[in-house]
Amino acid sequence: MQLVLEKRAERSATIALISPLIAIGLTIATLCIVFAVLGKNPIAALAVYFIAPLTDGYSLQEIAVKATPLIMIAIGLSLCYLANAWNIGAEGQFLIGAVAGSWLAVKTQGTDAGHWVLPAMLVLGAAAGALYALIPAICKVRFGASEILTSLMLVYVADLLLDYLVRGPWRDPQGFNFPTTAEFDPVATVPTLIEGGRLHLGSIIALFVVAAGAVLLGRTIKGFEIRVVGAAPRAARFGGFNANQLVLLTFAISGALAGLAGIIEVAGPVGHLQPGISPGYGFTAIIVAFLGRLNPIGILIAGLFLALTFIGGEQAQIAMKIPLDVTKVFQGILLFYVLACDSLILYRFRLISSSPKVQSGAH
Amino acid sequence: MGLIEAIILSVLAASTPLLLAATGELVTERSGVLNLGVEGMMIVGAACGFGGAWLSGSIIVGALCGMVAGILMSLIFALMALGLAVNQVATGLALTILGIGLSGLIGAGFVGERITPAPHLRIPGLSDIPLAGRILFGEDGFVYLSIALVVGVWWFLYRTRAGLILRACGDNHVSAHALGYPVLRIRLYAVMFGGACAGLAGAYLPLAYTPFFIPGMTAGRGWIALALTVFASWRPARLVVGAYLFGAVTILQLHAQGAGIGIPSQFMSSLPYLATIIVLVLLSRARTGGSTAPAALGTVFVPDR
Repeated sequence: MQLVLEKRAERSATIALISPLIAIGLTIATLCIVFAVLGKNPIAALAVYFIAPLTDGYSLQEIAVKATPLIMIAIGLSLCYLANAWNIGAEGQFLIGAVAGSWLAVKTQGTDAGHWVLPAMLVLGAAAGALYALIPAICKVRFGASEILTSLMLVYVADLLLDYLVRGPWRDPQGFNFPTTAEFDPVATVPTLIEGGRLHLGSIIALFVVAAGAVLLGRTIKGFEIRVVGAAPRAARFGGFNANQLVLLTFAISGALAGLAGIIEVAGPVGHLQPGISPGYGFTAIIVAFLGRLNPIGILIAGLFLALTFIGGEQAQIAMKIPLDVTKVFQGILLFYVLACDSLILYRFRLISSSPKVQSGAH
Repeated sequence: MGLIEAIILSVLAASTPLLLAATGELVTERSGVLNLGVEGMMIVGAACGFGGAWLSGSIIVGALCGMVAGILMSLIFALMALGLAVNQVATGLALTILGIGLSGLIGAGFVGERITPAPHLRIPGLSDIPLAGRILFGEDGFVYLSIALVVGVWWFLYRTRAGLILRACGDNHVSAHALGYPVLRIRLYAVMFGGACAGLAGAYLPLAYTPFFIPGMTAGRGWIALALTVFASWRPARLVVGAYLFGAVTILQLHAQGAGIGIPSQFMSSLPYLATIIVLVLLSRARTGGSTAPAALGTVFVPDR
């Protein structure tokens, strides 16, 4: 017997909707096996991972805080991926946005600057992220260099630049030699929404980004062009759509959103610039984009779910001594299942006898 | 030992993991499959390779563990990209994300441990020849293995029938299928070979390059190996040149830091990554007369019956 794929005449809409749910179900089943291998009670571990964070206000706020950068980055990435432009350097664009915005915070430190500082920081962060993303985009459009590799190489460069700045010129003199800038002034800080809480204005911005993404994709010609260029490049050429221009545009938007997410993270939950400001948001956002079916509303839900796994993972580490890397394994497995289930939308699986020989041999 | 000799020796060591991983990826890509999971397979290979060597006390067992781990990882990729016809770019990324998590999980127990690194060859007489002796006859086994591997791959691809068929699959899978060749099975073997090489390349790092394991120790070498296949225009001979050039850039920045020149270390450390970008741009620019990549690279193949 052999498993073969048969192309469906049409994409299956029902399966498109339920496939992420099947993927999550399969991932949780696999996760149970991982827990069992680690010698933990799977049911108890699942409860700590997925239920406990939903039961108290503090954790719910933390989920929103973690989901904010994931959703913002993933919306931008989804535009790229829809246009068949493979930006996988969002992590670098996130870091550069954080660095560019922090520059202003560091320069205006203790100068009694007005309330213009934070908006200017956000603009700087977004602009820097967009410019940084345009490097691989231009290399691709102008020279045909693989954007996958160049955007990824720039992640390491951004990481080293950040490291240099906080160990060198921007280091807090009162920081006991820790590689960090001083805490940002209040005017350079993203305000929180709830007194004494951690939920901040960035989450509102993320919701706005989701709405803007939905409008762009669903209601504008540019959104239509992006979809056509990705789904049917030949048709797009006949339609006179400029694929190169869309690569530049989607990279710029996705870089701007990643950069904005970066400066919001630094000026918000972190409060100062230091290495390790991102637990791989740029890479996790790739999973969020796919899990959300490259659709803004889907990404909102997927971002909250992935944020839950981050918070659940931290709690499981404290409560059950489950290593934090389980969360990364979990996210990787989830992406595999999401992609595998996507295969069901385009193909039908069928078992057939592989050859006449096998047929005659079977009783 | 003179400085020049020391530099050449360290360039050889720094180039070897790149050459190993890139050779595997070259075969994979020549069969038409783009596996972006090299970094993931390498890092798992590093964790399993170190674990194997530390538990058994044998470098060879460690190297085998790394290879097996790489093959297992590549089988996940093959199941997705070949069996289920999933987009290869996305699957490769998933493999890397999974690999980074897995290596952290596997390697957690070994962090802080040390092993005796792979011994260097010593042939009395030959190894004592000034300069050339140490370089030609005084390296660890992996260095010679990587050279033998790339020569073997060249011979296989250009001098055997099987190599011709493999290249045919990469250039036109529809025709290869029509001629009756099992495209998916050939690609499966190519992907597994790539996995074994990437796993071995990863294992080289804790077994010979540094005698300990730290999480994330591959530091993007898997991605540089991917860039090297582009650099080499998918030809084994150019791969050797490329790998040693990149190894040299890596060592150059280390020596520049050691020499205490006034450039911050982070800028020097970013050199290999910047060099990768520049090389990719220059090469892609030079190739105006059409790409030299295997024509079917990265495209999904679902055989019709």
